[in-house]
Amino acid sequence: MSPSGAEVIRKIRSEVEEVDPADVKATLSNGNGIVLLDVRESEEWDAGHIPGAKHVPRGYLESRVEAAIGADRDQRVVIYCASGQRSALAANTLKNLLGYENVASMNGGITLWKDRGYEVEKPVVLTPQQRERYSRHLLVPEIGLEGQTKLLNAKVLLLGAGGLGSPTALYLAAAGVGTLGVVDDDEVDLSNLQRQVIHTTDRIGTPKVDSAEIAINGINPDVNVVKYKTRLDASNIMEIIDGYDVIVDGVDNFPTRYLLNDATVRLGIPVVSASILGFDGQLSVFKPHDGPCYRCLYPVPPPAELAPSCGANGVLGVLPGTMGLLQATEVVKLVVGAGEPLIGRLLLYEALGATFTELKVRRDPECPICSIDPSEIDESQLGVFPDYEAFCAAAG
Amino acid sequence: MATIKIPPVLRPSVGGEKEVQAEGGDVGAVLRALAEQHPATQQQLFGADGSLNRYVNVYLNDEDVRVLDGLDTAVGETDTLVILPAMAGGAF
Repeated sequence: MSPSGAEVIRKIRSEVEEVDPADVKATLSNGNGIVLLDVRESEEWDAGHIPGAKHVPRGYLESRVEAAIGADRDQRVVIYCASGQRSALAANTLKNLLGYENVASMNGGITLWKDRGYEVEKPVVLTPQQRERYSRHLLVPEIGLEGQTKLLNAKVLLLGAGGLGSPTALYLAAAGVGTLGVVDDDEVDLSNLQRQVIHTTDRIGTPKVDSAEIAINGINPDVNVVKYKTRLDASNIMEIIDGYDVIVDGVDNFPTRYLLNDATVRLGIPVVSASILGFDGQLSVFKPHDGPCYRCLYPVPPPAELAPSCGANGVLGVLPGTMGLLQATEVVKLVVGAGEPLIGRLLLYEALGATFTELKVRRDPECPICSIDPSEIDESQLGVFPDYEAFCAAAG
Repeated sequence: MATIKIPPVLRPSVGGEKEVQAEGGDVGAVLRALAEQHPATQQQLFGADGSLNRYVNVYLNDEDVRVLDGLDTAVGETDTLVILPAMAGGAF
């Protein structure tokens, strides 16, 4: 006769290593690297879970666990559920079917954990509309509810609502970035519409920050738009950028790029930077002190005749779309903490040949800005570079 | 012969090409050969004293020659040099 379900469970529990919540708590507070895996259903997870735990409902274990906890078969994994039953079955699966060698099930589950008075984290609960709106994010293990919550709490500043800023703003709005700051002092012009897709023909003459706000809120009313109808300069930069988590740089001139670099290094804000010309684009992420800064890459700007702007030289209308969306992707990765951001790497895209080239960018140990203590970067130093006056005069 | 990738701002100086070939055993020799073939690049790449302009980055394959041996870095037949001046276009 086949064994009953209860007998199977009993047998599996006798074969699986079971640990007490007190031991799990002690290991976690020692900072010893263990992965805690919650295998309950999404509703149970939302009602409260152990801080730092990863979540894969038991029904998706085989298909999603590697993305959630990694492929290292020797790492210590402690699984929990409500009472210790489903976690034992999941531990059995992880060990015997998937080859994770060092797996245990937490006895008594989160119920016993809570009874002992240990900490439980209750995630932000999305409204039913938000759950539906962001459902395709919630299904991706690298984002999920945790990542979506980070996006909803994130503050991202866009420098320019132009070629690069347009697609970036639209997709970050759609992704549910909670606060989008937009800095632009310009009005929508007919010649912008070949590439600046956030603006529309009937908004020609409207300030770009207002036009961008209309488009952003049209896509996603969750987003709070903060408008700065001004040009970023030394007098206002510290005030404007302070408090933002990530800055998207699509400015059209070198003095502002250096100024932005110096101010963000001082405040420790990562910058997702792109530039475009003709059919060529460049992209990199400058995360202060984790990687090089803009000055490490370009210690001095080129002379004005070698530094044309798009306004003067033209650009394929699609190109800022391509580069802007690569920027938006890097922003989401930085906010969510997923993947390998483009730090210390420069990506070159050449649209006519359809080629990507990746170059290494090293920190300059003698960089005048990022090699010194951020608090020592004086306000009078921000954005200064050799021959600044001459450069700006030549650039007009 | 090494391949040199030419950035957009220098393409008018090399007849519009995106890539050109030049001979040379090290980075300096290859770039000087480029400047000889296409004299318009001379002033854009080199200062009056013959040193590489500071605003021009040069990569051997994917590595900045500043962290290698600069202009003395050896170049093989199948290597690619990337010349990269900064670009600033964006919001416009």
